[in-house]
Amino acid sequence: MKQPVLSLRDLHIWYGSERGPVRAVDGVSLDLLPGETVGLVGESGCGKSTLGRGVLGLLPDGAGHAGEVSYGGRNILALKPKELAQLRGPDLGMIFQEPMTRLNPLMRISEHFEEVLRIHEPDLSKKQAKARALETLRGMGIPPTRYTQYPHEFSGGMRQRIMIALALVLRPAVVVADEPTTALDVLVEAQILRIIADLRRNFDTALLLITHNLGIVAEACDRVAVMYAGRVVEQGPAYDVTTKPAHPYSRELLRSTISLSTRELHSIPGAPPDLVSPPSACRFHPRCPNAMKVCAEQWPPTVTVGTARRSECWLHATEDIPAGLEAPLEREELAVAEEA
Amino acid sequence: MSATLTKNLIEVRDLQVHFAIHGNFRSRLTGRGGGSVKAVDGVSFDLREGEVLGLVGESGSGKTTLGRALLGLVRPTGGGVKLRGEELAGLPERDLRPKRRHLQMIFQDPHASLNPGMTLERALAHPLKIHGLTSGDAETAAKVREVLELVNLSPVEQFASRLPADLSGGQKQRAAIARAIIMGPDLVVADEPVSMLDMSVRAKILELLIDLKERLGLTYVYVTHDLASAKFFCDRVAIMYLGRIVEIGTVEQIFEDPKHPYTQALIRAIPEPDPDKALPRDLPRGEVPDAAAPPLGCAFHPRCPKAFEICGWEGRDLRAILEERWVLAGEEAYNRERPLVGDLSKLGMGHEAFVPAGQDPGDLLALLERIRDEEPDEPLWKGVRELRVEGHGVHVDFHDGIDPELYETDAARAACLLYKPD
Repeated sequence: MKQPVLSLRDLHIWYGSERGPVRAVDGVSLDLLPGETVGLVGESGCGKSTLGRGVLGLLPDGAGHAGEVSYGGRNILALKPKELAQLRGPDLGMIFQEPMTRLNPLMRISEHFEEVLRIHEPDLSKKQAKARALETLRGMGIPPTRYTQYPHEFSGGMRQRIMIALALVLRPAVVVADEPTTALDVLVEAQILRIIADLRRNFDTALLLITHNLGIVAEACDRVAVMYAGRVVEQGPAYDVTTKPAHPYSRELLRSTISLSTRELHSIPGAPPDLVSPPSACRFHPRCPNAMKVCAEQWPPTVTVGTARRSECWLHATEDIPAGLEAPLEREELAVAEEA
Repeated sequence: MSATLTKNLIEVRDLQVHFAIHGNFRSRLTGRGGGSVKAVDGVSFDLREGEVLGLVGESGSGKTTLGRALLGLVRPTGGGVKLRGEELAGLPERDLRPKRRHLQMIFQDPHASLNPGMTLERALAHPLKIHGLTSGDAETAAKVREVLELVNLSPVEQFASRLPADLSGGQKQRAAIARAIIMGPDLVVADEPVSMLDMSVRAKILELLIDLKERLGLTYVYVTHDLASAKFFCDRVAIMYLGRIVEIGTVEQIFEDPKHPYTQALIRAIPEPDPDKALPRDLPRGEVPDAAAPPLGCAFHPRCPKAFEICGWEGRDLRAILEERWVLAGEEAYNRERPLVGDLSKLGMGHEAFVPAGQDPGDLLALLERIRDEEPDEPLWKGVRELRVEGHGVHVDFHDGIDPELYETDAARAACLLYKPD
């Protein structure tokens, strides 16, 4: 068993608001192994992006945090800004959603790479730096003949590949990709997913891939973590979770995805909760078709189901439910319009 | 086909929307010169009453512009749009405005399409007032209540006084739908109505649209890049590429037996949540080309795995092939081959191309011939009639291309030369 390159232990992140703290990440434990791609899925407002940024220490000043993000024996959240800046690039990388706005329009592609390599690897000669950049770009399918062009000369998909190449040129141990294909078209998305899937073989980079599209998870990820209201409710191998989801939320999310094989529409009633005052006990109980009385009163246990797979739900521990609480939960009917 | 039974609500004939680009000062000043982007370039179709037509394509395919042109929100530069036999294209705004109550639009971004300063009640009453459809506040208020209930924004009292900021994304889209249907339109153009919403809500909004169609007898044009939802939602689908319809047919035809290589690629490229269906390895290369200088012949030919002699091969395709080769071949091959070729930017449009030599033109010819021998499956080489040394470079003579129109096939109609009758 490989040692995790990054591990989150009981991570909490909250933002201040007039009504009280918004608990965007609320007790998440997750490991990333070297060379592994982990998908992070969930609806908007479930804390996916906050978690991704927290991992890189990119939280805004007003955010509070507790728990640990340990990388190489150090807690990233406790580092001084200067130490953190040294980690970013060679150790921790990020790929953003909007490739159109992340490159400097006044700098050639070559200058972007030269700047990054000069700062983080000052020992490289100019020639070596260029060779490194070209090699990485080639891996992303960017022709070497276009090395000295400006960002506006590239299409959206190519810019996203350049962004990925920029993140990878320093060969970081961990990369967080926040919805990297959302702004792209179907065919280009498929091309980028292929590249991401190939990364696993060619680099030893661990990738945290944030997405709302379960199709992408099935395509490009080794493992998947399903997030709901700040908690990871299920995690496990991508194949198992997308074929046989254990947690009711994963199952409902999968059922409501519209794909080519969709025969009838399905949706989850209600909306993700307000993270200032989330529901008591299991956060999903107001929307869960399987909810029992216990779900509203006691925190569900995290149960290991199958190999390397965990799910946080009372359904997996029915024998531990206190007597009388296994009856189905009676709820007020949700108004149709009370939705996300 | 039941075309004889149901009337055509909309007839579109050879519709064109060209946008002029004024790249330099002189063309901006005189309004002449510069090129044009053919956002919609000769599109024809009929829309029967009660039908849902999907316009599907990637960004830049002209699907949104076509949807807007149907409503007169962008002015067509050629061709016509008829609503129940009455020509809309070219009408002055004053005459078009009364028609707009029959033609409504739902926009993509519900967060941006509602006025943040108007309560839902005011926002919904606004179009009624503009068109003078109600006679008095009481009737207006009753109509607003009725529509809010139709889109399930109930209890109505609670929602009528809310501002858009108090609503979730799905609720905003419901409000936007309410505003579109309040005037009793015949045609609703829905431009990506669910793409900004979460997976868990998309189904509900699509269900609402289906429900409203049945209750109110609406006809939809559903503009989307998402084939999966189009498959579920539409009766017929038109696949668009660079301003043209490349394939049009019923949902069954398009999804069960797609004819155009582009449609085939799009359907295969959709990531499926079922991990047993992996993405194919042989996706079309490249991206949608620049609409200001579309490829000759069939616009899809540079990316098409099935392209052949007459698809419209030209100089810039050769450049793309060389660049692709240097990506795959690695550093050593690049360093060896690149110096043999001169300035690549000389490879432009046209069926005759001249590749300048970097060193000896004979070596360049040998290189091109070797690449041709090494990559016999590359469709481009089918289009090359002759390679010969000429001056300080190599002259490449391509077959002339043919611009395909929509041909009949045994399923949907497809604009692909594979189906061109002899």
